[in-house]
Amino acid sequence: MARVYDKPQTTGEALTHVAATPVRVLFRLLDYPMSAIQRLLGIGGMPWLFLLPNLVFFGMFVVIPLFLNFAYSLTGGTALFLSDRPFVEGEQYGFLFDCENYADPLSCREDRFWKGIFNTAIFIFFQVSFMVLFSLITALVLNREIRGRGFWRAVFFFPVLLSPVVVALIWKWILLRDGILNAFLVSIGLERILFFVSPDWAMFWAVFVSIWAHMGFYMLILLAGLQAIQPDLYEAAEMDGTSKERVFFRITLPLLWPNMLVVIVLALIKGVQVFDEVYVLTGGGPGTATQFIVQYIYNTAFTNQVQNFGLASAASMVLGGVLFVLTLTQLAATRRRDNA
Amino acid sequence: MPDTAQSSHAVWHVLTARRGQGKLHWTDIFTYLYLGFGLFLMFAPVVWLVLSSFKTPAGLQEFPPTLLPLGQVSVAVEGHAEPLLLFDVTMEDGSVRQLAQIRRVGITAQMIDPANPEERLQVPIATREPVREFRMALENYRDPLERFNFMRYLWNTVVVTFAATLVTLLINSMAAYGLSIYEFRGRNAIMLFVIGTLMIPITVILVPVYLVVTNLGMINSLWAVILPGAATPTGVFLLRQYMLTIPRDLIEAARMDKASEWQIYWRVVMPLAMPAVAVLAIFSIMWRWNEFLWPLIVLNRSEVYTLQVGLNSFQGELDVQWHYILAMTVVTLIPVVIVFGFLQRFITTGIASSGMK
Repeated sequence: MARVYDKPQTTGEALTHVAATPVRVLFRLLDYPMSAIQRLLGIGGMPWLFLLPNLVFFGMFVVIPLFLNFAYSLTGGTALFLSDRPFVEGEQYGFLFDCENYADPLSCREDRFWKGIFNTAIFIFFQVSFMVLFSLITALVLNREIRGRGFWRAVFFFPVLLSPVVVALIWKWILLRDGILNAFLVSIGLERILFFVSPDWAMFWAVFVSIWAHMGFYMLILLAGLQAIQPDLYEAAEMDGTSKERVFFRITLPLLWPNMLVVIVLALIKGVQVFDEVYVLTGGGPGTATQFIVQYIYNTAFTNQVQNFGLASAASMVLGGVLFVLTLTQLAATRRRDNA
Repeated sequence: MPDTAQSSHAVWHVLTARRGQGKLHWTDIFTYLYLGFGLFLMFAPVVWLVLSSFKTPAGLQEFPPTLLPLGQVSVAVEGHAEPLLLFDVTMEDGSVRQLAQIRRVGITAQMIDPANPEERLQVPIATREPVREFRMALENYRDPLERFNFMRYLWNTVVVTFAATLVTLLINSMAAYGLSIYEFRGRNAIMLFVIGTLMIPITVILVPVYLVVTNLGMINSLWAVILPGAATPTGVFLLRQYMLTIPRDLIEAARMDKASEWQIYWRVVMPLAMPAVAVLAIFSIMWRWNEFLWPLIVLNRSEVYTLQVGLNSFQGELDVQWHYILAMTVVTLIPVVIVFGFLQRFITTGIASSGMK
């Protein structure tokens, strides 16, 4: 049996090579027991053996929790273990949805939940639309004949890899009362702005920072889509003397649209779950101005004085429902793109 | 409004133009303006973080802030054991002299000329400016690493990242192998199941996973962070798609040579799938290094904090010590920058081809 390892060519390959060494030792150690199992099970049983560890993990940390989540949402009290919790049927859901007027979060009994939903909706609306717009513009700019494209791509992409905590701290430091942005405002003769005291500014910066951090990811997908467009199409259009606007609307945009759809749905899925950056940046404040649905769940279950696991589970079932619909849309959009 | 019409026209040119045009149009200038502005907007915040991380607490409180980290110059003067702080003093006749301060009494300061230590001068403090030079406050980095738990957080994060990536690669590649090499009853059902788990991010099942982890006795242990995310549907997908392209003849040939299935998995298929495995490895490292919400929930004791949770706890303190926070943010950032520097092309093509993050 020939070994297929080539001599590492680049730094990346060399790193992979080094990282793979302990894994290879582990594999070799498993040679004997695995052969014994194969003799026992026959070759037909082997796929299940290979699948087993993954299925155990999925079962333990995804499937069982999913059912448990539903069970939790039907119980009350503050005990952690399910057997100690009284069954209350749909009371938690009733509590969450007890509103006089659904358009006004303050009229709801659990107003923080509805405030979270409204905030998330506002956030998603601005974040997704501006993110798609700017990642499209950036992808179009990077798709032009520019010098050092690799460098520019890296410039717009690198924040994607920064941790949300780092991103939030970088911007918090800029936006503080005595931060450099306020120094700039004062130097051009404006008043200082207390960004984290004003609800509107806090929301603005939550959206802005989140776009700053994630735009590069969507830009890459769109850029790959742009580069997959056949150059002959543009050449043909040029020969016909088609105007630039027409080329954009009749060739670029329609051919990019499947990718745009994927980007939009992916951004929606991430947007609904927004938590990390904003939590560190604003802490959900001022008041509850930037408190989103995930933070509501987190607070309700883990940080409030009374740990209300039932209510948090009910709220996550609602979130799960939204994500379920969005993910189905994503799969449909991806399938459409890849078959196109 | 001819101006806006013209500029929107220009924007369209930028948006629609493609490579390979000979002469420099002013839409090209727009492109470079956009790129220049992008460069500033993306990089300046990070540069500002790094510059600020070298400032002393007093330097950080200044408003307006100075661009570079500065420290006040002090000089050794004959007859004084301690070095004295240096000031630029505007004298009554309007000339400026550099004087060292011996002591300050109320609103006047007793100053001395370092060149002429005999003469003592009384100077109102309003007329003097500290003399400063570029100086980096390295203690911002040294103190947290020595005195606080920061080394501990760093170590915890390294352990979590390394262990979780190993487990992830092992179990996901095994599952991908099982799903790509064999034809068996129930394969499609399993694939559907894997797709199904894609739809359930951790944010939806926080409470029950917390219960499972508690039941396993893993609260406040690093295993609570390592294990729950180890099986990733995206990882299985990525590897399976890649393994499907491996020619079946190779596997049949290995079977002829009496290789066991396990040997075929790790000696034939895994080496061939290395590009995909490496992509998953890099993603896993990034995910784990940056993970925040889940560790925040299951790690409640300072000894088991990861970097991200530790950083967040620093900034949540009543008396925020920004000079330490900024320095530690830089430390947290460095590994990511190094990895990205080496593997930029690899990461970007990985994302573009797999559509995952």
